[in-house]
Amino acid sequence: MRLFKCRVPIAAPCSITKMVKSFRVLYLLLRLLAAAAALSAAIVMATSHDSTTLLGITLEAKFQYNPAFEFLVIANGIGFCYSLIALFIPSSLLSRLVIMFDVIIAMLLTAAIAAAGAMAQLGKNGNTHAGWLPVCDQVPNFCDHAMGAMICALVGVVTYLLIVLYDVHMLLSPKLLP
Amino acid sequence: MADENGKQTETESRPWHQTVTLLLVSLRLAALVATSTAAGLMAFNKETKTVTVAVVGTNPILQSFTAAFQQTPAFVYFVLANAIASLYNLLAMLLRPCLKNRGRQVLVHLLDMVVFALVVTGAAAAASMAELGKNGNKYARWNPICDRFEAFCIRGGVALVAAFIGAVLLLLMNALSVVGLTCKNVTSNNN
Repeated sequence: MRLFKCRVPIAAPCSITKMVKSFRVLYLLLRLLAAAAALSAAIVMATSHDSTTLLGITLEAKFQYNPAFEFLVIANGIGFCYSLIALFIPSSLLSRLVIMFDVIIAMLLTAAIAAAGAMAQLGKNGNTHAGWLPVCDQVPNFCDHAMGAMICALVGVVTYLLIVLYDVHMLLSPKLLP
Repeated sequence: MADENGKQTETESRPWHQTVTLLLVSLRLAALVATSTAAGLMAFNKETKTVTVAVVGTNPILQSFTAAFQQTPAFVYFVLANAIASLYNLLAMLLRPCLKNRGRQVLVHLLDMVVFALVVTGAAAAASMAELGKNGNKYARWNPICDRFEAFCIRGGVALVAAFIGAVLLLLMNALSVVGLTCKNVTSNNN
């Protein structure tokens, strides 16, 4: 018995209907949007820098000083590279692999924004029980940059959610598979 | 003849389909155990330490410091997300006889992805908080707390590991249910 008994037809029929074509265009647009959002999130977070002098002590805020923000930059960089690669993959052979990687990259991006969100909430409100003071009133520029980066990353996450939904739809109705 | 061929493909693919279903059920059970462990461990995570802050005459003035999961919003979200995930897995396992319909299986697959996203975000937020509690952040003048509240940190760490294992299991379940859904598509199309 062959291991993979289920053969989903992976070659589209010759007559691609208009609906399928528009779905393809939408799919490409979604990927471009995801790539743009991930790139902008990475760049905005990477260029965030602010410093202030308080009682002779310089308080400097950079994204490298915080592992969660580093993770955000790296994850969005990976998401951007993957989105570009997935745009140019020849369709039929690797579509299953692309679908699997889509889910993984989407979860990577959501984890990154979750971690950065937790850190940002701590930076804004502090934690009195642990004796951690909020830093956003001292370095407001950094906080605004970080907020912008997280908004871009959120757009990327929502776009990847739509891409994953489209992948599931493609798998369940095989004539839409490229 | 078409009937014989249809029957033959059905019986040939049935052991494969049964393997997939069995694997799915066992993965769901394991994910249920992992997420409920994570939620329970973090929910009962509390440590109180009493220290002497001053001595007035011969009477020491004691003050107690508590570390509990409610003090950090990330941990609260972690407990909620894992609780929702374990409840969902329990419901999905109990309602399995009602979910033989294909439309309902697609719904279960989509809800699986939502729950997977919940667990991943909860684990990521709690992991960033845990790393901060362990190492601190000298640039923001945030001191680590794990040297003072060791039991709290260890229990939180085990809960975090359990949540990550649950997330990996949910990912495998996702992939497997995609395989199960597409295979079913073909066997129903062949008839």
